[in-house]
Amino acid sequence: MAVFQSVFDIIGPVMVGPSSSHTAGAVRIGLAARSIFGEKPEEVVITFFGSFGHTYRGHGTDIAMIAGLLGKPTASEEIRHAYKLAEKEGMRVEVKVSDRNAGHPNTAQVVMHAGDRTMSITARSIGGGMIDLVEVDGFNVHVSCDNPVVLIFHRDRPGLIATVTRFLAEYEVNVSQMEVSRKERGSQALMIVATDGTIPQEVTDKIRDIRDVGPIIFLSALKREPDLVPIDSIAKQKGLTV
Amino acid sequence: MKLYPRHFSTVVHNCNISGIPLSRYFLDIEIVLNECTEEEIIRKMENNLRVMENAAAGGMAGVRSFSGLTGGDAARLDAYRAKGSPFGGSLYLEAMINALAVNEVNASMGVICATPTAGSSGILPGVLLAIRNRLNLSRRAQLDFLITAGGAGILIGNQASLSGAEGGCQAEVGSASAMTAAAIVEAAGGTPAQSGHALAIALKNILGLTCDPVASLVEVPCIKRNAIGVVNAIAAAEMALAGIESRIPADEVIQAMGSIGRMMPMALRETALGGLAQTPTARRMTKMLKEEGHILWPFPASGGDD
Repeated sequence: MAVFQSVFDIIGPVMVGPSSSHTAGAVRIGLAARSIFGEKPEEVVITFFGSFGHTYRGHGTDIAMIAGLLGKPTASEEIRHAYKLAEKEGMRVEVKVSDRNAGHPNTAQVVMHAGDRTMSITARSIGGGMIDLVEVDGFNVHVSCDNPVVLIFHRDRPGLIATVTRFLAEYEVNVSQMEVSRKERGSQALMIVATDGTIPQEVTDKIRDIRDVGPIIFLSALKREPDLVPIDSIAKQKGLTV
Repeated sequence: MKLYPRHFSTVVHNCNISGIPLSRYFLDIEIVLNECTEEEIIRKMENNLRVMENAAAGGMAGVRSFSGLTGGDAARLDAYRAKGSPFGGSLYLEAMINALAVNEVNASMGVICATPTAGSSGILPGVLLAIRNRLNLSRRAQLDFLITAGGAGILIGNQASLSGAEGGCQAEVGSASAMTAAAIVEAAGGTPAQSGHALAIALKNILGLTCDPVASLVEVPCIKRNAIGVVNAIAAAEMALAGIESRIPADEVIQAMGSIGRMMPMALRETALGGLAQTPTARRMTKMLKEEGHILWPFPASGGDD
């Protein structure tokens, strides 16, 4: 059962209607996808599963997700014009519905393309605007996006994970959560590291230089509401201007 | 871990000992538990009040939901008020118009402040924006109104529920009108104990209300229930201000609401599997939404064979 401790749990959050799970959560999935992709996609294919598939039109779930992909925060008045904005910004959008059981009623997959790059993410909207990122490029993960995390793509080999954590330890960066996922032994793997505080640039550079380490993605926390910060600076906070 | 007081009776007792209103008490707890300053709280609440004002103004202009199911009723009620002399009392009508406006904005993907949820976001601002001129409330008194309502909402949420999926509409529209009733009493000069009676009376009026939204959308019957919620809140507050007491104490009414919610079948808790959502018309609307993407008006009358 929920435990409420602040009047702002009751008077708030400020969000775009009509449903925290079907719209606010959908905007955050879009924002997370955009942050992970790191640039504005030229083309996105959104697939809705379960309840999302049945009610996305009435709730504007597609509109909300596209707005997130364009970097709009959950309380932006521009959200409702997302299709027009996408056209203006040159982002092609295709929306599909799948009958496949995705394990949670509010699940969406977003596949993004730009140039020769392609990336996919799958996320669930689990209520109150909270999300659970469950797949990145075929790797199974669990990321809430409430705290900053680093995604490190690498080849699965002995000692690599230890090297990463050693560099973090040298600079006294504390790991609060860590998850490793691989497709098969010795193949591509994904390491997700959540830390207390930011990782210094020197550490990032050292990790980047480790043999068999591929792309590194920094994912800042997606705030559930924008508080009192102007929209531009929120977009920057969310790492959307990569 | 520092914890919020659990019972309304404790809160009333502490207010009486210190001789402070509910808003001051809730504000002091907020400062201690969330380690923030009074200025920060006031600034954030001012921001939320502005969102409420914008939403009400936006809805008055007349908006339509993406499903096509709802919209324009705030403007309709406002035109009715301007044209004739409403016999239900102008304050009631004004609050109802505001509540419809905010909830129509919610359904049209506008920006709202959840109070306590998006589906019940019209009730608290609906009443506050109507009553503030009547009671000559200063800006600070309006923010105190929201703080009192927020504190009352915490007590309801922690003893019962604020979610339609958990406790039905009584947990959303019921809680929203109960916390609003408590805030009205304070703003109108009543005592903390009277706020408790208002909360209890308002919540009792809506016990058992199911969450059975047509096509799973936060529109029918949610929007009109927001208008009924303001009437419930004002009526309960006026009874309490007159010295009428709830025979069942506020905490026991809240716990009864929680208990009813737990007994409620899943079909009546936001799943759209029962009640209004499964009426023949609602089923036809759901089908049209799925096939056409939105509801076309005039909605064709039933052929009678469903």
